[in-house]
Amino acid sequence: MLLFVLKRLAQSVLVMLVVALIAFALFRYVGDPVDSMVGQDTTLEQRADLRERLGLNDSFLVQYARFIGRAATGDFGQSYRLRQPVDELLAERFPATFELSLVSAVMALLIGVPMGVYTALNRRGLLSRGFMTLSLIGISLPTFLIGILLILVFGVVLRWLPTFGRGDVVQVGWWTSGLMTRSGLSSLIMPAITLAIFQMTLIVRLIRAEMLEVLRADYVKFARARGLKPRTINFSIALKNTLVPVMTIIGLQIGSIIAFAIITESVFQWPGMGLLFIQAIENVDIPVMAAYLMLIAFIFVVINLVVDVLYFVVDPRLRVQGR
Amino acid sequence: MSEVESAIDADLIGWRARLADNDLFHAFIHSPTAIVSTIVTLLICLGALFAPWVAPHDPFDLASVDLMDSLLPPPWMDGGSFSFLLGTDDQGRDVFSAILYGSRISILVGFLSVIFAAAIGVVVGLVAGYAGGLVDAILMRIADVQLSFPAILIALLIDGVLRGILPRGDYDQIAVYVLVLSIGLSFWVQYARTVRSSVMIERTKEYVQASQVIGLPTRTILFRHIMPNVLGPVLVIATIQLALAIITEATLSFLGVGVPPTSPSLGTLIRVGNDYLFSGEWWITIFPGLALVILVLAINLLGDWLRDALNPRLR
Amino acid sequence: MTVLLALDGLRVEFPSRRGDVVAAKNITLELNAGEILGVVGESGAGKSTIGNAAMGLLERPGRVAGGTVTLEGRRIDNLPPEAMRQLRGARIAMIFQDPLTSLDPLRTIAEQLVTTIRTHLPVGEAEARRRALHLMEQVGIPDPAVRIDHYPHQFSGGMRQRVVIALALCAEPQVIIADEPTTALDVSIQAQILDLLRRLVKDSGAGMIIITHDMGVIAEVADRVAVMYRGDVVETGPTAKILGDPDHAYTRSLISAVPRPDVKLERFPLVEHIESAGPRRDLDLKTHWLGQRRDYQEVDGPLLAVEGLQMLFRTGSLFGGGRHEVRAVDGVSFDIRKGETFGLVGESGSGKSTIARLITGIYRPTGGAIRFAGTDLTTLRSRTALNRHRRQMQMIFQDPYSSVNPRMIVRDIVAEPIRFHKLAGSEAETRRIVADLLDHVGLGARAALKYPHEFSGGQRQRISIARALATRPRFLICDEPTSALDVSIQAQVLNLLKDLQDELGLTMLFISHDLPVIRQMCDRVAVMRRGQIMEIAETEALFERPQHEYTRHLLDLMPKMVKAGDERRTAAG
Repeated sequence: MLLFVLKRLAQSVLVMLVVALIAFALFRYVGDPVDSMVGQDTTLEQRADLRERLGLNDSFLVQYARFIGRAATGDFGQSYRLRQPVDELLAERFPATFELSLVSAVMALLIGVPMGVYTALNRRGLLSRGFMTLSLIGISLPTFLIGILLILVFGVVLRWLPTFGRGDVVQVGWWTSGLMTRSGLSSLIMPAITLAIFQMTLIVRLIRAEMLEVLRADYVKFARARGLKPRTINFSIALKNTLVPVMTIIGLQIGSIIAFAIITESVFQWPGMGLLFIQAIENVDIPVMAAYLMLIAFIFVVINLVVDVLYFVVDPRLRVQGR
Repeated sequence: MSEVESAIDADLIGWRARLADNDLFHAFIHSPTAIVSTIVTLLICLGALFAPWVAPHDPFDLASVDLMDSLLPPPWMDGGSFSFLLGTDDQGRDVFSAILYGSRISILVGFLSVIFAAAIGVVVGLVAGYAGGLVDAILMRIADVQLSFPAILIALLIDGVLRGILPRGDYDQIAVYVLVLSIGLSFWVQYARTVRSSVMIERTKEYVQASQVIGLPTRTILFRHIMPNVLGPVLVIATIQLALAIITEATLSFLGVGVPPTSPSLGTLIRVGNDYLFSGEWWITIFPGLALVILVLAINLLGDWLRDALNPRLR
Repeated sequence: MTVLLALDGLRVEFPSRRGDVVAAKNITLELNAGEILGVVGESGAGKSTIGNAAMGLLERPGRVAGGTVTLEGRRIDNLPPEAMRQLRGARIAMIFQDPLTSLDPLRTIAEQLVTTIRTHLPVGEAEARRRALHLMEQVGIPDPAVRIDHYPHQFSGGMRQRVVIALALCAEPQVIIADEPTTALDVSIQAQILDLLRRLVKDSGAGMIIITHDMGVIAEVADRVAVMYRGDVVETGPTAKILGDPDHAYTRSLISAVPRPDVKLERFPLVEHIESAGPRRDLDLKTHWLGQRRDYQEVDGPLLAVEGLQMLFRTGSLFGGGRHEVRAVDGVSFDIRKGETFGLVGESGSGKSTIARLITGIYRPTGGAIRFAGTDLTTLRSRTALNRHRRQMQMIFQDPYSSVNPRMIVRDIVAEPIRFHKLAGSEAETRRIVADLLDHVGLGARAALKYPHEFSGGQRQRISIARALATRPRFLICDEPTSALDVSIQAQVLNLLKDLQDELGLTMLFISHDLPVIRQMCDRVAVMRRGQIMEIAETEALFERPQHEYTRHLLDLMPKMVKAGDERRTAAG
């Protein structure tokens, strides 16, 4: 097992290096970093000096290595637009995105998994068909439109919930939390739902499809032939076998919530990393884009590792070697 | 000999009977969902294609737009007018006509990016699946890494990079193609993976070996023999991804990094209208949104049906 | 004798949009205590359907449309689902074909046994485990106290089938239905499992139905046999009677189609009652395209000479590590004389199919020489030179469902080699040749415009044969050409191959795992094991006086249908 995890770890590092290469290429070759940092009236000498100080005249490999070294310590330079260190900008906004994503992920899983199981077990039931239609509408509704509709109904017409921002937040060390105040919580409701719906519908459909596949398996047929109770067959056998193949995809889904938060944050003016990223794109603020890319890649790599370890817990075929 | 030929002709004449006997066709004419969603998709596509003739106004002809007509509600509300079926926006443009013109761009971007993605994906999948070994390992590693990121993020990134490289003025002109490129490049992975795994199954089948025994070159085996056998799933993915591509385009435009407001897509219309949501002019946002949802839903229903129909085990 | 299970006038229908498919028409069968009833039939005869129907496990949309099922005197076909569930496993149990997929991969054997026991018997966890251990011993799993806590993937195929049997026996059911219980297993394991089933029935006094397509299995274990044909039981009787002196014409033709292991016949006896192949239209080969010899160079020595052939496969992925080499073919040499049929026989994994693929150039050998008509093919590099030789040798494959491209019409499939090698002057001539070929293999020229899915397995194998003939080869490789076919179809296809060989003077390499088939088809035989040839001999000499120990072992495992029938008769009498 240790060997397997180490191998995966090595692969993860490789992935991070590749992403870092892309991020570095962005930083170095999209536009001129010097132009983006200095004003119009800077002299050529000053530019050359800055170029030398930034190490832009060094060889590609040296620059890349330096980039990685800095990235490992969280140093991504200054935002062109905001003139602040990128790591500070991200750290300041991370809690907002994290809380939003966490709440959405929990919602998507808690509702999505049972619905998927139900629709697989009662394929032809009226309620199942209803769920499936709903989930189809769910994947047909663009996230931003869900947000707009929620704002229109609950914010503009009914005036029940705030339509933008995080509300009041509490400072805990460097972390800011909106989960401890009333206005923070009520601000969270609509963005969290908006973000959860798309992932939830995907999870429902995924679980259903996989479980239907498992229910056709020979060992389920044999379990029926042994007269096992439907409960045992459906949950102890079928559900467990369903979860093995979907773990990876669900892990990635949960991870992608953080990226999808870009849209939600934009609709609700949620002060998270996604909003920062979208503003960076509009202004070609390369350091912020590069850092965000690295951060997302890192989160995905961590999720993948966690899922890999989970496989060992669930699947004996990996745990026990050979026969 | 003529006896044989006439027998063959008789078989050809029976194509109508064969079509009726075809399982997919049969499933289609017996599925109200499939028929309705096809009709809806076709109606929207035709409306978009013939927008200049169907639309009651030309929303982009400055001469015919009158600022006096701005922010009119739909006819069934106070102050509405029947010459503007779904109301007007802040510049007095007819929302209904704008939707027709907007769908044009949305559908165009959707189709082009799906074709682009499918073309890359199918070729990569065929090559990776058939060649195996190092080529396969490298291509699939790239696919794996890319697949770990949501398509929308990749599209945003490519879009952002192209913005950085291209001068601002030029960017607006080619925004549509930039979108096609970004969406296409972020969607090819799924085709590649599906095609690859089908090819790896097909490759071991004996009809491929039979072709090798005949002496056919690899190119012929790959494209004439294997490709037709792996395109079924590609059709399903393409349909579902058409819906996704349209959503992605709308999302990017909504985020302000897609099609510029000078020739708006549905997403751009929604973005523009969003500013008026709080002042009560909801129709500027909601109707383009509704059009988008109906289009995407119809395509999704079709894709869903197609997947079930092509996979008899699920029935 | 107590009747345990009785089917009376059972009718099972599968509604479809092309009308109801009747899988079982009017089945009347009785199973007595302490006996093994064999249900035998070819694919599509409806034999699995009656097992599923008795268990109440028909797959949608199948349904019992008439008749009754009675278990120990109680009618069960109309029971509500919950009542039926309580009977399943407790009074009537079932064993499936594939032990590799029948067990839940995520739970230990102990968990699966204990759950099943406690579902049907009011016992505690500890008692259930004790019973589970006892069951494992009963089905002959060594070291049960340790093995019981293992997962299914830690067992071999044969051991898994024992676990499956233990699971079926959990609540001591009176009726056991075994659906092709040994089909997925190797011959030697097959014998052990059949022994076990026989012993269990004898010890417990339960009744067992064994559903199979294999006359050998029937001869081995069944007390009585029911022969099924197209949804009907055509004949029921004691095993010796059915095998030795059947009444029904179908049974007779079925048994005569089984290749005889004991004596070589010129042709298979003509069989009635089987799928219609169109009448073969004979061609005048003296004038016809197919009969014309072309630029083939005459040879004095053997047509094909294989010398020290070697093939190493490297496995393991680039990133996964754990690479190792498999010697699929390890120093094989043999000659094939002009006009003879040379057989390669061996168990799965012995490397015989790899040899076929090396000769035809699908794989490139890692060592050795392949001399065809005097030219070493392994030294040829240019495409044209290779193609000139490839044209002279063709291959017929095992799986009729995958050996023809499902997206091409039959004409294009058969015409492809003609077009590629430019063997015909015009498209019109190509079409005429294809029509003649299809006629000649008994499909009829009208088949040209159809797609492969419109044909049965045997007919598809004829398409394959027509395609192979389309290059006018002089050397034909048949790789298990009939092992996916029912016996009656097998007899037809093998007869066709014999006829074609006579007419066209073909030289053949015939690959099979089936010794009786080899005896009927081949002049000389090579026995293979683990990539090496154990023995090469004239066919008759090999069967009568095997020299190598491994050959004798294989011959021992060969089903001895007729002999077993005789023994049973004396035992019963």
